[in-house]
Amino acid sequence: MTELQNTTAPAAQTPAGDPFLSVRDLRIHFDTDDGLVRSVDGVSFDLHKGRTLGIVGESGSGKSVTSLGIMGLHRSKRARISGEIRLNGEDLIAAGPDRVRQLRGREMAMIFQDPLTAMHPYYTVGQQIVEAYRVHHPDATRKQARTRAIEMLDRVGIPQPDRRVDDYPHQFSGGMRQRAMIAMALVNDPSLLIADEPTTALDVTVQAQILDLIRDLQEEFGSAVIIITHDLGVVAELADDILVMYGGKCVERGPADTLFDAPEHPYTWGLLGSMPRLDRELQDRLVPVRGTPPSLINVPSGCAFHPRCPYAQLTGGRSTTEVPVLAEAVPGHHAACHLAAAERHRIFTEEIAPRL
Amino acid sequence: MFAYIIRRTFAALLLILVVSAVTFAIFFLLPRIAGETSDQLAAQYIGKNPSPEAIAAVKKNLGFDQPLYSQYWNFLKGLVGGAEYKFGPDPVTCHVPCFGYSFKNHLEVWPELTKRIPVTLSLAIGAAVLWLVSGVTTGVISALKPRSIFDRLAMGVALAGVSLPVFFTGALLLTVFSYEWPILDNLQYVNFTDDPIMWARNLILPWISLAFLYSALYARLTRAGMLETMSEDYIRTARAKGLVERKVVTRHGLRAALTPVVTIFGMDLGLLLGGALITEQVFSLQGIGAFAVQAIADNDLPKILGVTLLAAFFIVVCNLVVDLLYALVDPRVRLS
Repeated sequence: MTELQNTTAPAAQTPAGDPFLSVRDLRIHFDTDDGLVRSVDGVSFDLHKGRTLGIVGESGSGKSVTSLGIMGLHRSKRARISGEIRLNGEDLIAAGPDRVRQLRGREMAMIFQDPLTAMHPYYTVGQQIVEAYRVHHPDATRKQARTRAIEMLDRVGIPQPDRRVDDYPHQFSGGMRQRAMIAMALVNDPSLLIADEPTTALDVTVQAQILDLIRDLQEEFGSAVIIITHDLGVVAELADDILVMYGGKCVERGPADTLFDAPEHPYTWGLLGSMPRLDRELQDRLVPVRGTPPSLINVPSGCAFHPRCPYAQLTGGRSTTEVPVLAEAVPGHHAACHLAAAERHRIFTEEIAPRL
Repeated sequence: MFAYIIRRTFAALLLILVVSAVTFAIFFLLPRIAGETSDQLAAQYIGKNPSPEAIAAVKKNLGFDQPLYSQYWNFLKGLVGGAEYKFGPDPVTCHVPCFGYSFKNHLEVWPELTKRIPVTLSLAIGAAVLWLVSGVTTGVISALKPRSIFDRLAMGVALAGVSLPVFFTGALLLTVFSYEWPILDNLQYVNFTDDPIMWARNLILPWISLAFLYSALYARLTRAGMLETMSEDYIRTARAKGLVERKVVTRHGLRAALTPVVTIFGMDLGLLLGGALITEQVFSLQGIGAFAVQAIADNDLPKILGVTLLAAFFIVVCNLVVDLLYALVDPRVRLS
């Protein structure tokens, strides 16, 4: 795991300059008949070009909505969005929907979970890539766009791209479809690529290939990448920084290596404990995080994780009454937990680390 | 593709043959099962109180004394080779394709039908264009703004359209536009080739009343289809590309939502070409439907048989066209 991380060269040093994407106190709430759903409730992070951010969390933790919000693809009618999303200095929340649309596909692109349903069944793969290209290159001729599509298919490793370009998505295998999706997303050289569970729908042998491809392309294009996943193994391979989400909030944020080696939040401990790993001794069974993810309408009071937290009683009742703030535990590494840092470190080294 | 068309055409022909056999059986076998003798069958073709000799002559001339299968065979032979009947002093010829000969009116069925095809065709095609455009447009707008005022209003009107029979809306239109305010009075079918403007003017009311019924259906169908496709993942992908919403809706949403509409449209049009019975009656259009109604009222078996076969032919052909179109619309459908 750590070995893999070393291959992404600039992982260790903090990048200089203004971040390409800067999200501040992002809140996306949905008005529903059942009440206000707080899908994303105050998330902040920075992302520089050439870096990869992994957003990790269970289903319903708000990780996908965060990415859709950045892209401006959340259902806008019932959604209330506030905060700040700055892409290359431009605030996307303040910008009009048409401006965001212009940036979509050109400056920021997205890869979705299931490449079969994410591609239109009635158009060839080539037609769909050509369409993506011509939206932002209206002057390009059909022939130029097609050449570009073939070039991209070739780049993402599709054999005989000049022939496969005329195939329909259903004629591609799962891995090939995801490659084609990546080609479509990258056809306009976006500076920000968001991959929402890019490998979840693929079988294991293909997953690694797709992750390798994303990493290679990022090195080549120098773009900023957000990987959204529930699979810590995926972010372990790719991410420079990791943001752990729970109940619409960020509970822990830090560089990937310290987050894996010295996680601060009890929820992250739970995630790591429930992750199958080959580099540790075989244990009887994985330890799941007990309980179920919280409802985003009736988020538990105080720390949203307290009903599931084995250490909640150590906070002297604060966990049920007071929402913990995201505070810097060690330099560059933030966690939102009422437990004192020293107490957390003690629990981790004594109780958690031996089991991992 | 080519082999598929050949095979489907062959299957369609076989289907028409089966339909003809079934209709033939319904009209010639069922009366026998019900106890009607061939004497009574023959008596229908002569005046009141026929003499036994006359009945015997008719039976012989029309082949009612022969076994059913050879009667059917003769009917099929007539379709491709024509037929000749000895009826009264002079023999009558039924030209190819002989769909039968009405001994009640002393008319060949086929020329009677062909005379009426343009009327029904004009009625069906005009109404079809009208209901496709209005129905699909209404459905799309409704689906894009579900539960909006437009949607509620449109779906309310659609419900009325489905519920109100053509003989009501047709009569209503006639009352308003032909009698109260005679803007469109003296409606008579005029051939398109003779006077296209009068053709359209005189058909506009039948078109509207027929299209009202269907566009209601199509609006609901399109709305349901659009609501479904617009929540598909590939719509989100299309938006993620940065496409303008209009293109997302038409190129990605509508394209996929139209597939079931095309299927239903083929069947509806095929059915209508076999005669829009009520609409033709209401507007006194001498189309295939009016012909069928008259034939049934007269209990004129050859006419009924002929019109049934023609209707079956239209339905089979339209469905064949739909199947071929389907493969064109949805590349996942393989023609093999």
